[in-house]
Order: sequence, then C-alpha cells, then structure tokens
Amino acid sequence: MFAAPVLLVLLWSVVYPNLSIVVGSFEHGLRSWREFASSPTDLEALRTTLIIAVGSVIAAVAVGLPLAFLLTRVDFRGRRVLSAVATLPAALPPLVGVVAFLFLYGESGVITRGVQALLGLDHAPWTLNGVGAIIFVHAYTMYVYVFLFVSAGLERLDTSLDEAAAGLGASRWHALRRVTLPLLTPSIAGSMLLVFMSALGSFSAPYIFGGGLRVLSTQIVASKLNGAMDLAYVETTVLAVGAIAALILLRWFERRRTYAVSTKGTVVRARLHSPTARLLAPIVGAILVVILILPHAMVILVSFARDGTWTTQVLPPEYTLDNFRRLATDSDLLVPIWNSVSMTAIATALDIVVCFVAAYLLVLRRFRVRWLLAILVALPWAIPGTAIAIGLASTFDRTSLASARVLLVGTFWILPLAYFVRGVPLVSSATEGSLRQMDPSLEDAARGLGASWWLTMRRVVLPAARPGLVAGAMLAAITAVGEFVASIVLFTHANRPISMEILSQLRNFAFGTAAAFSVVLIALVLAITLAARWAEGRWSRAEAVVIQ
Amino acid sequence: MSGAAPHLVLDRLTRRFGEARPAVNAVSLEIAAGELVALIGASGSGKTTTLRMVAGYETPDAGAVLLDGRDITSLPPQRRRFGMVFQHYALFPHLTVGQNVAFGLEARGIARRERMSRAADALAGVGLAGAGGRQIQSLSGGEQQRVALARALVIEPPVLLLDEPLSNLDPTLRRSTREELRATLRRLGVTALFVTHDQEDAFAVADRVALLAAGRLLQVGTAETLYDRPANRDVATFIGRSTLVPGTFDGDSITVQLGGAARRLRAAPAPAVAHGPATAVLRPDALGFSPPDGIDAWTGVVQERRFAGALLAYRVRVAGDIDLEVHSTVRDVQPGDTVNIRVTREPVAVVS
Repeated sequence: MFAAPVLLVLLWSVVYPNLSIVVGSFEHGLRSWREFASSPTDLEALRTTLIIAVGSVIAAVAVGLPLAFLLTRVDFRGRRVLSAVATLPAALPPLVGVVAFLFLYGESGVITRGVQALLGLDHAPWTLNGVGAIIFVHAYTMYVYVFLFVSAGLERLDTSLDEAAAGLGASRWHALRRVTLPLLTPSIAGSMLLVFMSALGSFSAPYIFGGGLRVLSTQIVASKLNGAMDLAYVETTVLAVGAIAALILLRWFERRRTYAVSTKGTVVRARLHSPTARLLAPIVGAILVVILILPHAMVILVSFARDGTWTTQVLPPEYTLDNFRRLATDSDLLVPIWNSVSMTAIATALDIVVCFVAAYLLVLRRFRVRWLLAILVALPWAIPGTAIAIGLASTFDRTSLASARVLLVGTFWILPLAYFVRGVPLVSSATEGSLRQMDPSLEDAARGLGASWWLTMRRVVLPAARPGLVAGAMLAAITAVGEFVASIVLFTHANRPISMEILSQLRNFAFGTAAAFSVVLIALVLAITLAARWAEGRWSRAEAVVIQ
Repeated sequence: MSGAAPHLVLDRLTRRFGEARPAVNAVSLEIAAGELVALIGASGSGKTTTLRMVAGYETPDAGAVLLDGRDITSLPPQRRRFGMVFQHYALFPHLTVGQNVAFGLEARGIARRERMSRAADALAGVGLAGAGGRQIQSLSGGEQQRVALARALVIEPPVLLLDEPLSNLDPTLRRSTREELRATLRRLGVTALFVTHDQEDAFAVADRVALLAAGRLLQVGTAETLYDRPANRDVATFIGRSTLVPGTFDGDSITVQLGGAARRLRAAPAPAVAHGPATAVLRPDALGFSPPDGIDAWTGVVQERRFAGALLAYRVRVAGDIDLEVHSTVRDVQPGDTVNIRVTREPVAVVS
C-alpha cells in the first residue's frame, strides 16, 4: 500500500544516484580504478583522509570523554553553565564554525595576533594549516558526539553497580577500570565511529584550512571541476565505501549494547574535597566555557566590523551596522537568505511526509522487504555529502524516461532534493524512536472502536510520532539551512544558499559581510530550534488540557 | 546477647532530606556478634536509608555507626569492608559469575588463582557449585540472589547488610530461600542486618526485629515480643493482625465492654500505659468460639468466612458495631450464624 511509493521515492533519490556512481566508476572497466590506484595525489588524498579521520577520533575522545565524566560525576561551581555550553559547537553550521576558527586562530586571527603581540614576535606563532589545523577544528565540533554518547551511557549506568564495587572494597580507580569503562565501551565505540564517519566526509575544514592538502572530499570536487568524472566516481565510491563500512560497524556495536539496566538510581555527583581542587575547578570550567563560546562570539563581533578595515590589527578597528543594513536592503544580498529558507522548507516538508510513512512502516508493520527500507533510510547518513551531491549531479543531468531521469542539474530543485536526501536518516530515526515508545495495541484499539484508518492515523499514530518528527525535522532543517558540502557541487547562481554567499564574501575579503551572513545563519538555527520547542510545547499542552 | 560487647552499634542516626520531618530520626540499635537483625517498616519508614548509612553510602546528619567500639561513621564504603547484598543484586553484567564473586578479592589485590578458588568455594557454599563460568544473564532470580550473597560473603565481612534480599523472588521460592538464608548465615556465624517490608520474611530469618515508622524506631525485640507485647499502638497495628478495642486498665488487667457484656482480661501492658482508658489488642489467634452457655463470651454474628488452609479466618460482628477477627480450626461455622467468642489466650496486650 504505502510501502511501495515510499520505497520508490527512496530508491530513486538515494540508491539510484549512488549506484550510478559505482557503475560509472566501472564504465571503462577497471581503467579508472587503476588510474586512481596509480595516482600519487589520489593515494595521498586517501592516506591524508584516513590520518585525519583517525586523528579526529583520538582528539574528540581526548576532549569528550573526560568532559562527560566531569560533568556527570563531579559537582563544582559553574558546572551548570559548562553543561549548557558543552553542546554548543554542534549547533554551529560547519562552514560558520570553520570561518570562526579562521577569525580566531587563522594567520590574521584574533588569538594568533594576540599571542604574537603578547610574546613580542614579529610573525604569527602558528599557521592554521594542514592536518593539525583540520584535526583541531574537528576536535572542537566533533567532541560533542563523544560527550553526548558517553554522558548518556553514564546516566544509564546502574548506580548500584558502582555502590556494589565500592562496598566490595574497590578503589575509585579499580571500579572505573573494571566496571564503569567496560560497560561504557559500546557508547564510547559508537561515538568513535560516528566521529570517524563525520571526519571522513568533512569538507569545510579541509577546503578552507587545507592549504595544499588533499583529502578525498576535496579531490572529488576538484576532479569534477576538471571534468574527470570517471575519476570522481572512483574517488566517491572509495569514500562512500569507507563510510558505509564504519556505519555497519556502528550498527553492530549498537546491537551489542545489550546489558539490561534494572534500576536507575539518581546520579550522585561527588563533591570536591581538596581546597585546591575547589579553587581550580571553577577556573578551569570558566576557561572551557570561554573557549567554547569564543567562535560564536567572534562571528558576532566581526559581523559588526567594517569590510576591508581589519588588516593587521589584533581586533577589527572599525565597527558599523552597515553590514546588516545592507543585508536588509540590498535585494541581491537577500536572495541567498530567501533561497536557503525556501529550499529548507521544501526539503523538510518532504522529509516529514516520507519519513513519517517510512517510520510507521518500519515500526508498526511487517512486510517482506522491510529490511530494504531500513537500509534505505540509514544509507544517506553514511554516504558523505560530497558523494550524495556527485551522485545527484551525474544522475539527474538529463531527462530520460527510459532510465527514470529528470533534468535537475542547473535547476532550482536539485538542492532541495539533496537536502531532502541528507535529512532522511535524521527524521526517520527520530520518528522511529518515538513510535517505538507507543504501545502497538493502541492502533488496534482505535480500529476496534470503529475508527477509520485516517482517523486512527491522525488521532493516535501521528501524536505518538510527533515528538520524534518535530525533533528530527528540526535537525534536518538546521542541517539544510547551513548546508555547504553538497551545495558547493550543485548550486547555481540563482539558487545559491547562504553558505555559498559566505564563501564568496570571504573570497572578496569582505569579512564583515561574511560574518553578518553567518550571524543570520546562527539566528536561523536558533529560530528553528525555538519554533520546534514552541510547537511541541503547544501541542502537548493542548493534549494535556484534553486529557484533564 | 547479654554480657557480650555489641558488635555493631547504631547511635542516634539521623538523616534529613530537606523536608519537614527527618527520613531517619535518632535511630539507635545494638547488634551482637553473630546476630541476625531485621529492620522492618512500611515504605518511607526510613529503613533503607538507615541501612545505607550503616553501609556508608549515605552520610548521617547526626549520630554515629560503631564497629567493635570504633567510630566508622566517616569511613567511605570501600574502607568499611561490609558485605552488601542489593535489592536488585547489582551483579556486574559484563563479568562471569565467578568473576563477580571474586571481585571483592580482586579489589584487595589477591592473586587470580587464589581468588577464583575462594570464589568457587563461596559458590559451593550457596549451592551453586561449578557455576563460576556462567553468564549473569543466564541466571534465574534465585540464582542471582545466591551469587550476590556469595559475592558479599567471600570477603569475610564483619557485618553483612542486605537490602530486601527476598523481595524479588516469587512466593514459593521465597519460602525455601529464606530458610536457606537463615541456615547459611547461622552456619557462618555472620552478623547481619537486613531490611524488608515483609514481616514473615523478617520473622523467619531474624533473631530480633526492629520496627521503624516515619523515621523513628518504635520497638526492638524478638518477633514474639513484638507480637505479644507491642510497645505502642503503631506496633500493635503493624505487626500481625489484630482488633483494637477500648477498655479500662487498672494496672494488671483490662476490662473490655462489648455490647453490654464486660469481660476482665489479664493484661500485658506496654510501658507507660496509665490507669484508666486504654486499648486492648485482641489477636485473632487469641480468640475462639465457645459453646452458647460459655461464660466470658461475647455474642456476635458471623459476617465473613475465609478459608486459608490450616486455619479459617472469620469476621464476627459483636455488639452490632465491632468486627472481631477470629482464626480457628473450626470449620462448620457459616456467615450469618450467631456465635459466641471468647478470649482463649491471656494475657492480652494493652496499649494506650
């Protein structure tokens, strides 16, 4: 019934483009593959990609793991503030984060210049370039995955296990080593794989900070620009296969998370005893908070800087409201904002419809090719944005009914399609989560009471799915509005989104305007988050009134 | 218990959680070496909090815990070396049965071969010989409880603490397990303090029972003492079943008047019951049927008859307004019958 259209839509938009990449890579037999394997730049790109991915995992765990323990297990002054800010980096659109790092730690960045002045050096103390820089940026954004996974794992841990270990005479360290960490392994491993997958497909940081560095994602775009599509297909396939392998491993680990938790005591936080610790902890906490907020603060600051005036000074010397004034009045500058908003709206609406049906089918219905649907909704998560973009670009470059192709390249519609595809895993897994919490017999109860199929959907299933649907849609919209990776491959001047505008302003050294657009992007993310919270709050309040 | 120095002492333990009344209010208790004491009470009575203070997981706001005269109140749980059996067992899911039992020895740095061998002995001691290699997930509820017990006992603790050790077992298993539990503890001579909301479990396992209500210790004594001589009204109503009837207390007997018939009964009063109006605690096993012309009998009508195996429980309305609960082996009484009830066992407990 509904399985068929949803499957078709997903097959057409997800599998078909990617399959055609794989097929395209073999178009001339193994020639393109041999070309890849013998090209030093490509092999270097592969090696660098892997090094960066592994390095990012190490860095993210080094930051995220202790932070999760600190904020879950210890009580200190300022803990709440640090908790609130700890996930902030994830809310920053990737390009904006990279831009902010440029403003802060780049060669003409505030921190760089500040340190240079402080130490009396006559050139920058460091250059934000190469593998180290990329890993540094990744550590900032991706530690959040480790932090969230490990915090959730810690909170799920049965506190009586810790008490039992203590009562049996185990020192804190012994209990940590033999009880807590082994039980956290699934969470830690899962987040490591997630960081690996993200770092694999990361584009913004290598693109801006790479210098002459090559990674697979930037190589793909370069090959496409050079017209070497066959090579691009091979590179895309290699990248996608690596990410999918990591996804399979991730799923395997998630399934191993089978230790049943019987009771969940309240989380007990240890109070610091030594006076030095009590003095140091809030200070360290404050430093961490500042480091975490700095990029956002920097972007806001620079958005008020007059274009062209910030050359060699530590901080921008002249400030103005002009950047925003121009944004509000210059119709040319408003176009990208309107583009991003409208394309996001279209993609998210489509995500909601398709993923609600998909989630419903996956959770509440049994049918023959259910396994296929499950793979389809998870796949776009593994495939890096660049690969998705290349797939769409090569598949939908002409209209041919025989091969089910529509000309979308060069039109407005290809970007919403890309955003839609990237949003599918987010919306469907969140909705699945909500539906799993619904008692499946509710549907039967409604039907038994004589409700039509449509009434049951509307009054029983949809309300149950709604929290996940809203949360997933919110995440998908946030990703879409600041999307950069697929946009850079597929955009046209007419449908250029905000991220492309930021890039072009940066190229013209119009830092203030670039920052102003970034602030608009941050504001849009905030608006989407608030709208989602407000909508969910209003709906659940309406239900509460009815129940009374 | 007299003469020997108390092994474990709870001295006016108090714990507040910020509400109006303390969760545990000046609870004092002395436990001799090798004694098994049960803390009973309704939920919210403070018994689990008291146990956790003895274990060291909660810090008392006032009061002390003493072991052999030594104040251990400020020691963390790791240093107290008490064995604790948790309500849901808290077995480490990622370790085998043997590794679980050996964990306390591992924490003490005992070499692998020795600790696994001692763990095997401990498992044999609770009837799980050879189960060392099994996974926790494959154990039944009763087996998990025994593993938790072995794990706590293998470290040879001075005191064993148990939090609702039998509550998660189904009724048939419970009965056999509590007999085993008592036998094992007596055999090892372990001093034990355990918490339960089930009176029967407490009576079956413990040497002495301490009743808590609203954070206060109401009475400590053998089960029989609490049953026959409750210290106050609350104890009388919590322990066992009873009917409380008003009467007049004169020092060594209480006169109870029901439906115009007054009976004078020998009294076993609680401390500080004043002469004058008081309450007689009539236990169902101290009441029985008597022939129609029996003296000292009250007349009533049977309201309800309930078969309970060894006994039948009758509810008899006497004097038109008081229902007496009577347990009897007599079977041929039916609802609606007019019967005579008399007190078959004296003295009768008296509370104020």
